[in-house]
Amino acid sequence: MRKVAVVGIGHSKFGRRTDVNVNELAFEAIKGALLDSGLTQKDIEFVSVGSYGMWYEEMLPAVTVTEYAKLYPAGLARCEAACATGSAAFRFAYVTVASGEADVAMAVGVEKMTEIDTPTAVEIIGRSGSYLWEFEKFGLTFPGYYAMHATAHMNEFGTKEEHLAMVAVKNHKYGAMNPYAHFQKEITLEEALKSFVVAWPLKLYDCCPLSDGAAAVILASEERAKEITDTPVWILGMGLASDSASLSKRSGYTGLRATVLAAEKAYKQAGVAPKNIDVAVVHDCFTIAEILAYEDLGFCKKGEGGRLIEEGQTYIGGKIPVNVDGGLKAKGHPLGATGCSMVAEITRQLRGEAGKRQASIKEGKGLAHNVGGTGHYCYTTILGR
Amino acid sequence: MTKAPPPPTLKSARTLTLTYEIPISKTNKFWEGLKENKIFTTRCKKCGELYFPPSGDCPSCLSAEMDWVEISGEAELETFTQIFVRPATFTKYEPYIVAIGRLKEGVRTLAWLTGIKREDMRVGMKIKLVGKVGPEGTPTYEFVPL
Repeated sequence: MRKVAVVGIGHSKFGRRTDVNVNELAFEAIKGALLDSGLTQKDIEFVSVGSYGMWYEEMLPAVTVTEYAKLYPAGLARCEAACATGSAAFRFAYVTVASGEADVAMAVGVEKMTEIDTPTAVEIIGRSGSYLWEFEKFGLTFPGYYAMHATAHMNEFGTKEEHLAMVAVKNHKYGAMNPYAHFQKEITLEEALKSFVVAWPLKLYDCCPLSDGAAAVILASEERAKEITDTPVWILGMGLASDSASLSKRSGYTGLRATVLAAEKAYKQAGVAPKNIDVAVVHDCFTIAEILAYEDLGFCKKGEGGRLIEEGQTYIGGKIPVNVDGGLKAKGHPLGATGCSMVAEITRQLRGEAGKRQASIKEGKGLAHNVGGTGHYCYTTILGR
Repeated sequence: MTKAPPPPTLKSARTLTLTYEIPISKTNKFWEGLKENKIFTTRCKKCGELYFPPSGDCPSCLSAEMDWVEISGEAELETFTQIFVRPATFTKYEPYIVAIGRLKEGVRTLAWLTGIKREDMRVGMKIKLVGKVGPEGTPTYEFVPL
């Protein structure tokens, strides 16, 4: 495999985007990435589009998005990995360049989740596990899946609802500093704790919103990257893993095994340890998921995730700043866009372009952790300057 | 200050309704058993692995020779939640409790837990999986406190 670098990033404003359709929304990110890299559509040899779909009118977003952006006749694929769909698109573009098949490729992640009513959106996501055995009769929702992780973690390690709320407070603080974020306001611990119950013990402020948004990343081979930019951000390692569709077939609920396995592979490939990571974005679709990620990625020991946030160690200036772009919680989680948005954020941090939410970059390494479903898929990527 | 009007949208006139007919020939004995409050599942004739939910194939040894066995339904509560924000097709129900129980036979299952308030539940309590005909007139199964 050849060395591959991120040479361009683009990002739309996340939120309730009733002003644009899916193609127009994706184009905001594609245009941003082209301008950031100084490349044109003619330079892009392969495009992968990550989108979950169903909540907007187009059935084949890869073809409509690339038509609108004039990216054809490049090689094209659409990817799906539930909430890690953007990372699957990134992966496809990455291996296409790493294999030598293309010198420059683009991954586009886009989702338009607010064109349908909320109960139907909740239904579509809820169906995305083991439909026959966990949804048809029991109507399990995604907040419900993670709530069961929370119940188990609280029972085993004494994690409190306050710990979950602390994650929301931190991510809203950074979301308020991120012009692309869905929510740009800080919240208090009391507000988070008093919000209504979505799936006990998870409350409104424990849950990411339904968002519209797009992000795009341009990848290039070592030779091309050096011609394109003075600030390439290299892919040092990428680990993938999966787990059962049914939650009842897991070995336990206090962590995500797919994260542990994907992280092990990524750290090994990159030749680094958790302590070498300067800044991380992790999959906080629910606040409990961020606490599980602290532990499963090795930022603290199993069971100590609650303490890590309580001590403020995941704020800028702490042991390991996490989700200083607002995370899925405040930045928003347009499913297909999230994986590409994560890579864009780590790239921005490693380039030193994150403004007032810039983490201190000492070792020049950042980590992006994207989970699909409740640990059904996991993609962990380590990037470096 | 007047609020800006919302951006114009085109409301699609083409509404799609999807109803799936799911094949259950490999697990039919399970669905039929539920109507008589019996919990049947499958065990591989070749390697002995027990499956729940029932499976017509054994991916462990690749055999398709399965025995139907009846299980007790006795279980221990491993984790649970109560769903307040419900999906479109479940809004007619009151907030419901979903639980995962580890059956005495070693396999786990996920189902509603009824007949108890959430406040009275604790991880580790004894529960039992029972078969029944659900409110929609189709066979289903749920946990009840033991």
